[in-house]
Amino acid sequence: MGALKEYIIPRICTYVLVVFIGITICFFIPRFTPVDPVLAIINRLTESGQYYDPDALSQLIDSMKELYGLKGSLLDQYIAFLRRAFLGDFGPSLANFPTPAVSIMNRALPWTISLLFVSTIVAWLVGNLIGGIAGYFSERNWAKGLGAFATVVYPTPYYIMALLLIMSLSYAIPIFPSYGAISIGINPSLSLEFILNYAYHAFLPALSLIIVGYGWWFLSMRSIVIHTKSEEYVQFGEMTGLPRRKLLLRYVIRNSLLPQVTGVSVALASIFSGAMITEVVFSYPGIGYILYQAVINGDFNLMMAVVTYSIIATATATLILDLIYPLIDPRIKYK
Amino acid sequence: MVVITNLKRYARFLWNFLRFSPNITVGIVICLVILVMGFGISLFAPYDPRRWGSTPRNLPPSSDYLLGTTSIGQDVFWFLTYAIRNSMLLGVVGSAIGLVIGTVLGLIAGYKGGIIEKFILLITDTIIVVPTLPILILVSTMIKKQLDMVMLGTIIALLTWGLPVRNVRSMILSLREREFSHVASFSGFKMLNIITSEYTPHVLPWISASFISRINMAIGMEVTLSIFGLSSLQEATLGTMIYWALNYQALLKGLWWWILTPVVTIIFSVLGLFILSVGISEFLNPRIRLHRIMIGEKK
Repeated sequence: MGALKEYIIPRICTYVLVVFIGITICFFIPRFTPVDPVLAIINRLTESGQYYDPDALSQLIDSMKELYGLKGSLLDQYIAFLRRAFLGDFGPSLANFPTPAVSIMNRALPWTISLLFVSTIVAWLVGNLIGGIAGYFSERNWAKGLGAFATVVYPTPYYIMALLLIMSLSYAIPIFPSYGAISIGINPSLSLEFILNYAYHAFLPALSLIIVGYGWWFLSMRSIVIHTKSEEYVQFGEMTGLPRRKLLLRYVIRNSLLPQVTGVSVALASIFSGAMITEVVFSYPGIGYILYQAVINGDFNLMMAVVTYSIIATATATLILDLIYPLIDPRIKYK
Repeated sequence: MVVITNLKRYARFLWNFLRFSPNITVGIVICLVILVMGFGISLFAPYDPRRWGSTPRNLPPSSDYLLGTTSIGQDVFWFLTYAIRNSMLLGVVGSAIGLVIGTVLGLIAGYKGGIIEKFILLITDTIIVVPTLPILILVSTMIKKQLDMVMLGTIIALLTWGLPVRNVRSMILSLREREFSHVASFSGFKMLNIITSEYTPHVLPWISASFISRINMAIGMEVTLSIFGLSSLQEATLGTMIYWALNYQALLKGLWWWILTPVVTIIFSVLGLFILSVGISEFLNPRIRLHRIMIGEKK
């Protein structure tokens, strides 16, 4: 019970505070940019050459500001924003008026989650397993070869990897499409046609994410395992003649997994914002793509909706992680 | 005499370091090439390579123009030297600032505990959960006109110092539970002493490796920003080079020397930095070094 009162409850309070401060920062930063969404719309109207009465125009600006939650002082806007955000209402998207920001986001969410969840998990599993084995047998030649591959792949900036894949697999040898999530005319359903088409389009983006992710998990796992391998308890296990398999899985890999679990929860939580480059490069209609559009258009409402969800997701992941930490590593106690 | 002996010792240390593993040797060579390109050869540019129209357009590599010329009349080779200089500058600034903030806060949090740890972790967690790229894009749109490399590096650092705090803290937490920590504190070592003499050898490999990999991260972020057209586009960096090449359809027009030069340079330099960081952390890891020495004696 002591742990609950002394550790878990304060940790949950921190969680709420973190989400709150994070959202506050993200609320104020865009408000200090010169991107003015209302002015942008007015400019678009007046550019079309039509004449507008200045009075009517200023009335229009006023009513739009109210609609967009940009009326009054910054503090008023902030309080109004918090009140609405608490109820899950982020107002209409400014660029795609009058669709609510939340419904735009909900439409994009399944694309992102399916693509990034699957590729993150695949990369983590494959990278850690192969990395662990390669670390344990680090003197063998095949392990060195695998290491060399990961060493070249991992530090390459994600964008460069995506560009190389597009250049090779969709321009030089045109096998895979370089943009979009499904072909035009195919509707999301549980049919085989849709699933195949989906997988076909998701292949390149997923591959780029898996390759880069694999490099990281492989290298980090390998170096941890090489370190763990030289720990005394493993050497003791070797001396007592434990079977290799047991030694590898139960002694070495299990004890090396701790930082990797930390990593995967952070990686999963950053799905929201992490998807941005992938989706912009591959024109994939997910959350990162609409976030990018929102930032460029000064679409505050949509931006805040995505960013708020992203903050909550990341904070929740760290919370869960901190709560289960002592279960994974008995050396760390609730303090 | 003392000076000479010391010099000799340093030289021997350096020599041992350089020959320690192929990772270090190759990494150092690549880094030297990059540094000489960026900070040495760039000084001899006959004119400002950023200027448009200073050479004929679209020429393939030749003896006059080592790496060809661009569609806007720039010499790719001289432009590259400027680009490397700026990208490295940005990388080092972005990495160093973030790492110093992160490590110091992580050490304090891990060792002090209590209310100080709670406060540091609160701020850290906030920085971690705030999504970096959207904010970075926003801030760069905001100050695109005045953006220079040092500034961009500082912004990147200020958005990314969170993770090192958590890493360093969890390392310290784990170290604190180990026996030698108890021994040290029971024998009356002060906190600063324990950190500098007992913990640093454990944390140092991580810090140096992380410094270099964060240079890579900062370079990568600048490349990403440039793709979105949000870096300082009039400046020469590896990212803006790709941006202008793609912008002028270098791929479709077959100007491979223009687009491939920055791509290959990026892969080459991040690879060099990366294997150097791996080499350094192996070198600083006392266990691996002991292992090597033992193997060497057997031979």
